[in-house]
Amino acid sequence: MTRSGPRVGPLAGRASAAPPLDVDALLDDTATGIIVCCGSGGVGKTTTSAALALRAAERGRKVVVLTIDPARRLAQSMGIEELDNTPRPVTGLAEGATGSLDAMMLDMKRTFDEVVESQASPEKARQILENPFYVALSSSFAGTQEYMAMEKLGQIHADAQRDGTYDLIVVDTPPSRSALDFLDAPERLSSFLDGRFIRLMLAPAKGPARLMTAGLGIVTNALTKILGAQVLRDLQTFVSAIDTVFGGFRQRAQRTYALLQAEGTAFLVVAAPEPDALREAAYFVERLSGDRMPLAGLVVNRASPAPASDLSADEAMSAAARLRAGRTEDDLTAGLLRLHADQVRLVEREAGLRARFAAAHPGVATAVVPALAGDVHDLGGLRRVGELLAEG
Amino acid sequence: MSAQRRPDWPKVRLHVVTGKGGTGKSTVAAALALALASHGKNVLVCEVEGRQGIARMFDVDPLPYEEVRVATGLSTDRGAGTVHALHIDPESALLEYLAMYYKLGRAGRALDRFGVVEFATTIAPGVRDVLLTGKVYEAVERNSRNRNAITYDAVVLDAPPTGRISQFLNVSDELAGLAKVGPIKNQSDTMMTLFRSPRTAVHLVTVLEEMPVQETHDGIEELRRDGLPVGGVVVNMVRPRDIGHDDLALARADDLDRDALATDLAEAGLPVSDPLLDGLLRVAHDHAERRALEDAQRALVADFGVPSYELPRLPGGVDLGGLYELAAALKEQGIA
Repeated sequence: MTRSGPRVGPLAGRASAAPPLDVDALLDDTATGIIVCCGSGGVGKTTTSAALALRAAERGRKVVVLTIDPARRLAQSMGIEELDNTPRPVTGLAEGATGSLDAMMLDMKRTFDEVVESQASPEKARQILENPFYVALSSSFAGTQEYMAMEKLGQIHADAQRDGTYDLIVVDTPPSRSALDFLDAPERLSSFLDGRFIRLMLAPAKGPARLMTAGLGIVTNALTKILGAQVLRDLQTFVSAIDTVFGGFRQRAQRTYALLQAEGTAFLVVAAPEPDALREAAYFVERLSGDRMPLAGLVVNRASPAPASDLSADEAMSAAARLRAGRTEDDLTAGLLRLHADQVRLVEREAGLRARFAAAHPGVATAVVPALAGDVHDLGGLRRVGELLAEG
Repeated sequence: MSAQRRPDWPKVRLHVVTGKGGTGKSTVAAALALALASHGKNVLVCEVEGRQGIARMFDVDPLPYEEVRVATGLSTDRGAGTVHALHIDPESALLEYLAMYYKLGRAGRALDRFGVVEFATTIAPGVRDVLLTGKVYEAVERNSRNRNAITYDAVVLDAPPTGRISQFLNVSDELAGLAKVGPIKNQSDTMMTLFRSPRTAVHLVTVLEEMPVQETHDGIEELRRDGLPVGGVVVNMVRPRDIGHDDLALARADDLDRDALATDLAEAGLPVSDPLLDGLLRVAHDHAERRALEDAQRALVADFGVPSYELPRLPGGVDLGGLYELAAALKEQGIA
């Protein structure tokens, strides 16, 4: 049977299965210089990033993994429980591994401080670092973490290019309120700089912007009423102090954005077989292609393992009911049949969710990683996850 | 007298629901709202993270910045109440606040025109959280400024995740460095009085896995340190427990009686084969392993010293019917 054109709708959906994601080919390809793992919170992004980094290192790459907020025991096992914003070597790679692995945990505020210090004169930098608005901005502004993760990536990449320290950088992204925050962070920073409000605050300092004065009166009065005069003064000092620095910020943000779009970058979208996580993953896939970011594939973690026999859920349930008729409540065989049915239904539901994703986003290479019994908190566990990823 | 147990949080007007990502905190918030909305009570459920998850769960159109009736509460022998939902975005909250408290007609619009609203809601640190929590505060403490507004018996907040919850509710601290005096400072102090009072409870949602349980533990410590009232722990997505205690131990040791199982299956009319037997024994072993891990985590939860509630994992996923099922389970266990 031949088809004349692309088919849409349920029939097309049924036929489409996602192509497998070849993780080892991705890791072994020397053209792959950056792998960014993104996805919603709680889907195992950090573990996936660390497992990929370890596997790449043991396959001969010189790797650094940049993590955001690893579980304590995982961080300990990698020797990065200290937040010092510098990559540290991870010991305990497999015997005969030819590559190397460094790991670091992002210190958001410190990264921000370093950028300010590198952009401003010492005196101006001090002025900025002490301003209460800066203190709050650098530690709690939604999006700062995202932006700083990208900033740190840019720094490490530049250093690695210069010194040849690493040939692969694996980045874990922060669990954002919106999964897209880290892509938007550079843009948001730019719009912050170009924002009318910033210009307004700078107006008195810069002189010629007198045209705005009429409106300015109303606004300043309103703000004084709400915020109080002292807050407004702090804000004004902050804005004028940081204005000089932000020009450099914008350039860096744009450079990092371009780096993400470049050939050597590969995005992996991480998800769990749950409607919410897959919906976020779908956003990501669309957003990445909209921004012309190179998508390597989808990793579906925590998949329920398929039962070994092909007994259907309905058959199992009715057999359990027949058995139970003449037996006690906690009959073992009936219990096992019900568990079997439960698992079959779960596996079917997950497969259905994945099929729908594949139908809507055909061609996204996918690796499915079965759920592990316990949490991963050592290199052995990471190695196991790496193997499962590669088996996909 | 009905068998219904007395609710554990009768004085609480604001139920804050937090949890690690992926534990189903929005589901629990929605189910809790349904459970509280029995006996003719009015409940508002608020969403602050722009995800529109509440609308999806109740199967209604995306929520505007307006209180919309989304469901009838869980019905009991004393009747059902109603659930309204509100999606709070910081920009609308700021404009409403300015209109309500400062009567800023023209100036309010000027603020908007000069990008102040945009600045305040996307960039200015902490302000975003204050605006979101401010609206929640207003919904709990309705006053004469908001005419014709519905008064609620309880408000449920689908809050940011555990890692951010203390910071989110600690609005005074977030603003402390910025506004030491002035009207904003007074407002946030008033809000803190509610958030720190026994009329608020912060419930934490977890699943019986190591990381979420650890994070719940850390979250409780942090809330206590900040003087915020810890409510209960809701253990979500608990696996079915279809094997008795003695059999579990045998299953873990791979010592179940294969021949007896084969006889039973034949009796139940199933075609007995090695793959079927292997498959079921495998199911038994994995289940026993998971149960042991879950039990270890459950013991840790019990040590937190707060009431805990358990919700089953629904194998078909959560739909509206499932929400009522979860609501009934919550009510039965006394959280509502």
